[in-house]
Amino acid sequence: MRLTIQINGEQHQVDDVWAGESLLYVLRERLGLPGSKNACEQGECGSCTVYLDGTAVCACLVAAGQAQDREVVTVEGLAPGAGELHPVQEAFLAAGAVQCGFCTPGLVVAAHNLVRRNPEPSDAQIREELAGNLCRCTGYEKIMDAVRMAAANTQEAGA
Amino acid sequence: MEFYRPTSWREALEIRAAQPDALPITGGTDVMVELNFDRARPAALLDLTGVPEITGWSEREGQIQIGASMSYTAIIAELADRLPCLALAARTVGSPQIRNRGTAAGNLGAGSPAGDSHPPLLATGAKVHLESVRGSRELSIDQFYLGVKRTALEPDELIRSIEVPAARGPQQFAKIGTRNAMVIAVCSFAIALDAGSRTVGTGLGSAAPTPRQATDAQDFLAEALPWADRDPLAEELANRFGELVAAAAVPIDDVRGSARYRRHALAVLARRTLGWAWEEYRCA
Ligand SMILES: Cc1cc2nc3c(=O)[nH]c(=O)nc-3n(C[C@H](O)[C@H](O)[C@H](O)COP(=O)(O)OP(=O)(O)OC[C@H]3O[C@@H](n4cnc5c(N)ncnc54)[C@H](O)[C@@H]3O)c2cc1C
Ligand code: FES
Ligand code: FES
Repeated sequence: MRLTIQINGEQHQVDDVWAGESLLYVLRERLGLPGSKNACEQGECGSCTVYLDGTAVCACLVAAGQAQDREVVTVEGLAPGAGELHPVQEAFLAAGAVQCGFCTPGLVVAAHNLVRRNPEPSDAQIREELAGNLCRCTGYEKIMDAVRMAAANTQEAGA
Repeated sequence: MEFYRPTSWREALEIRAAQPDALPITGGTDVMVELNFDRARPAALLDLTGVPEITGWSEREGQIQIGASMSYTAIIAELADRLPCLALAARTVGSPQIRNRGTAAGNLGAGSPAGDSHPPLLATGAKVHLESVRGSRELSIDQFYLGVKRTALEPDELIRSIEVPAARGPQQFAKIGTRNAMVIAVCSFAIALDAGSRTVGTGLGSAAPTPRQATDAQDFLAEALPWADRDPLAEELANRFGELVAAAAVPIDDVRGSARYRRHALAVLARRTLGWAWEEYRCA
C-alpha cells in the first residue's frame, strides 16, 4: 500500500508498504531515519519512542497504516536546525547520560515529552515518565541528572 | 495482507462482516507484538483509530460510556473522579507509551486473564456493548469472558463501548508484580463499595482461566460490614473476606508465580484494599 505521513514537518510518500509492518520499520528501513532504534519490537524498551500527533508512542507498536495522514516527529526532528542540538540533547551530553547510546534517542524523546509538559518534574515524576525506557549501560543516575538539567535549561530558556 | 482504515463506525461493521478474518487493531499494543514476532498472520488488519464514533466518553444517568478507542492515558486524565478503580488499574498498565496507545476495549479483545482492566470492570458491574451489521447487544462483563483468551465476541462483532457506573462509594485496585512499571500481574484485585445499595463488588485477575468475581466474598461483606455505624474494620471480618476471595481463585503455577502464592497474595490484597476502601467510607 501507499502511505502519506508527515514526518518532522515534511510530507512523505512511501510506496509498497506491507500492511503488517510497523511505523518503526517504515522510518528506519524505508525512509532512512535510523534515529529511532529497534531493540525489542515489543514495546518493552522505549528505544523507538516517537511522537504520533503529539503523543509519545512506541513506533514498533504502531501499524504503518495507522500513521496515514498523521504527524510524526522523531528524534531527528527535535533539534532546531542542522548541526544543532535541542537543549534536552545538550543535557544528555553534558550530564554524561550517553554510553553505548542505543537507548538515547528514545530517552531523549521521552524526556522532551516530560519537560515540555512539566518544567519542574520531581524525581518520582521523572522515574514514572521514563519507566518505559530501558538503558543497559548507565544505571540511570546520569539520565536522571540529564533530565533535571534539561528541565532547568528549558525553564531558563523560557524565562 | 490488506489494511482497512474505515472512517465511520458503519463502515467498520461492514468490513468486519464481509471479512471476519480481518483482525481489529486499536492501540496495537497486543496486535503488533504478535505481528512483529510472526505469531500471527491475519488476512487483513481492520484499524479502528480512524473511526470518530468510538473516541472519548459520555455520561448518561450515572453511566459512563467509554468509547472503544479511548486510551488508558485519557481514562486516567478524564475519568479518575468518576471511575477511580479503572483509573487506578490503568495507571499500572505498562509504561506511559503503552498507556498512550492501549485501550480497555483492546484489553477485553485480547481476553488475557492477567489484563488489568478486568478486575475493575468486574467489581463495578460494567457492561460491554457489542455491535455488528446484525444489530447490537449488551453483555454484563462476567458473561464476556469464556476461557483463556476466549471471549463472547462473535466473528462479525466489534466492541463499541464499555459502560461503567460512576462510583457510588470508595474503590480500590492492587496488583502484584516484580516492579512498579511494565509488569503483567502475578495476580490483581479490585473492590468497589456501593454506599447507596450497601453492596460490594470484587474482581480477581490472573487467578483463574478467566477474570472473575468472588461472589461469596461480596455477599459476606455486604452483610457483615457496619455500614450504618461506620465502625473501624474488625480484623476477623477482613480475614474472612480475604479467605473467601482466595477460595474463589483457581490459579495455576506458571513462571510468574505458583498457585499457592497467588491464593495467599489474593487474600492479602483483598484485606488490604478493603482496609483502604473502608477507611475512606468511614471518613466520607
Ligand atoms: C510493553 C507492554 C506492556 C504491557 N503491560 C500491560 C499491563 O501492565 N497490563 C495489561 O493489562 N496489559 C498490558 N499490556 C497488553 C496491552 O497493552 C493491553 O492488553 C491493551 O489493553 C491492549 O489494548 P490495544 O488497544 O493496544 O489492543 P490491540 O492490540 O489493538 O488489540 C488487542 C485485541 O483486541 C482486539 N480488539 C481491539 N479493539 C477491538 C474492538 N473495538 N472490538 C473488538 N476487538 C477489538 C484485537 O483484534 C486484538 O485481538 C502490555 C503490552 C505491552 C506491549
Ligand atoms: S523497539 Fe519499540 S519499544 Fe523496544
Ligand atoms: S547507554 Fe547503552 S543502553 Fe543506555
